[in-house]
Amino acid sequence: MAIPSPFPVSPPLIFERKDFQKLLEVLNAQGYHVIGPTVRDGAVIYDEVLSDHEFPVGWTDSQSAGAYRLEKSDNKALFAYTASPQSWKRFLHPPALTLWEAHRSNGTFQITAEDTSPRYAFVGVRACELQAIAIQDKVFLYSEFLDPHYKARRENTFIVAVNCGRAGGTCFCASMNTGPKASSGFDLALTEILEDERHYFVVEIGSEAGAEIMRELPHRPAGEGEIEAAERILAQTAASMGRELKTDDLKELLYRSYESPRWDDVARRCLTCGNCTLVCPTCFCTTVEDVTDLTGEQAQRVRKWDSCFTMDFSYIHGGSVRYSTKSRYRQWLTHKLATWIDQFGTSGCVGCGRCITWCPVGIDITEEVQAVRAGGGKTSKKGVKHENV
Amino acid sequence: MVENLLTEKLTATDPMLPGLFRIHRILKESYDTFTVELVSLEGYQTFPFEAGQFNMLYVYGVGEIPVSISGDPLHPETLVHTTRVVGTVTRAMRELKIGDVIGVRGPFGSAWPVQAAKGNDLVFVAGGIGLAPLRPALYQILAQRDRYGKIVLLYGCRSPEDILFRKELEKWRARFDLEIYVTVDYANTRWHGNVGVVTKLIPKAPFDPLNTIAMVCGPEVMMRFTAIELQKRGVNPDNIYISMERNMKCAVGFCGHCQFGPTFICKNGPVYPYSQMQNWLAMWEI
Repeated sequence: MAIPSPFPVSPPLIFERKDFQKLLEVLNAQGYHVIGPTVRDGAVIYDEVLSDHEFPVGWTDSQSAGAYRLEKSDNKALFAYTASPQSWKRFLHPPALTLWEAHRSNGTFQITAEDTSPRYAFVGVRACELQAIAIQDKVFLYSEFLDPHYKARRENTFIVAVNCGRAGGTCFCASMNTGPKASSGFDLALTEILEDERHYFVVEIGSEAGAEIMRELPHRPAGEGEIEAAERILAQTAASMGRELKTDDLKELLYRSYESPRWDDVARRCLTCGNCTLVCPTCFCTTVEDVTDLTGEQAQRVRKWDSCFTMDFSYIHGGSVRYSTKSRYRQWLTHKLATWIDQFGTSGCVGCGRCITWCPVGIDITEEVQAVRAGGGKTSKKGVKHENV
Repeated sequence: MVENLLTEKLTATDPMLPGLFRIHRILKESYDTFTVELVSLEGYQTFPFEAGQFNMLYVYGVGEIPVSISGDPLHPETLVHTTRVVGTVTRAMRELKIGDVIGVRGPFGSAWPVQAAKGNDLVFVAGGIGLAPLRPALYQILAQRDRYGKIVLLYGCRSPEDILFRKELEKWRARFDLEIYVTVDYANTRWHGNVGVVTKLIPKAPFDPLNTIAMVCGPEVMMRFTAIELQKRGVNPDNIYISMERNMKCAVGFCGHCQFGPTFICKNGPVYPYSQMQNWLAMWEI
């Protein structure tokens, strides 16, 4: 699903807030397991939602480097929050996944792989998150090998995107050219509008599946004024973004900057906790755990999210290749913004700002890049000048 | 902006699912190194691979590790792996007996330039267990000996007890169309051969540097200094090939562990032209 390119662009529709519950019901009736935003443990997270009452109405978030707070608001919007600590990655590329099981008997063993996954409908996917999904598609579907687990989840997922009505405190999608407007990769895209006592959504249809859902919902063509209202909101969001990451020549700059003194500086602050890699919607690294039950007759291999910030990550007989904090932070940032481009033809960063918000010491990727840039790819005392491969 | 690619249904087989192989033979190569010969339990008569490629070997309930194939590509009836006991999985593997079953995924990765090297002199430089991933290339090249120029194998080990494939080396040495020089880091008085690092053998080795392909496998620092010595002799860095190693969990580019700069050693490597790696090898903790 979410097959955008061949689909003829249809004019935007209007869908009223009072009918929103019907959207959830129609998706549910079509067999989708509907995942949307809801408040839990002081944060907006993504989980199964059956009713619009579960949406974070009356909540907004305040985010800055190292800080996230939910705040009460008079705003009646369903999507007044910005980036959640979670991303949709946890559904398409689960934090723990049993790859296969083995059963031992008669001196040999048999391996069986069974993977069942619900058909998901994601409601509230932001533009940056759509881009993150497109990036993970490149890793798991369009590289040399194909991950059947990711494929099974991804192909069956219905995506309701939501254009951002405001910029979060750590967002920088506008400078990454990934938002705030959802431009492709969705079945439906909504812009939520509250004005003049009205509460409605301007809906764009991105696929035949999306059109099919809309046919079952009350709607009417959008008027010019309504379309303009949606455009105004998005322009405002883009203009109010407090951060930017300059991407010009960024790959070349980082390839030149392996010996930048800035890595020593950030290493004095970084706790190597791995939070940034867990909240990042594109970080895909995993490890495997091979375990048996107590009888030893049943074994399984479980794939789990891993982080390049751990010592184990690069462990090879004798020790870890990246033993210093400096080298691990450098690996993460350089991979995200530079080597990723050579690996997958795209940057690994979508500008969602999660790594900034959820860093316990408030390390800001945009600030680190700026500092490396200020050094111009200079090397530290005994550094080796590096050329692009 | 990333283009959305999900426009057609994809077909998939699972590259993370091991096949089952039975241990057909076990050979003790040294006090800490052994070879297993495997045959498919699923009815495959052969296991085709290219010299330099590796498999992921799974010991039931213990774990999975990457191991280079050390057998003969022209005789793929058995799948041959040589490994040193260094970690949990290799320790468990050493305890296995003939008839026991292990899981195999592969073959993965890039190969030694056996075909492209035709018409050239060949220099093999191996350090320790690094001889194992080079052996398939040696088999293949010796099987069509007349297609190549001079062939030299330079082999460095920690001690005489660490020398692998002794009988084979002796047999090859007796062929007269292949020069083998062995050196050890340290030895007792019974050793009458060379002592010192393998790079010391390079200046005197008989090959024409301008017409040579080098295949190098060993510890990273050894490969780096070998390449530097070969370059001093005049070998073009594009003609020097090395085999890289990193932590590896999936072998198919998903787990991220084996990244080395922009490359994934599992799918872009393990065999690379040195020219592609030299700047990276000169830096620490990549």
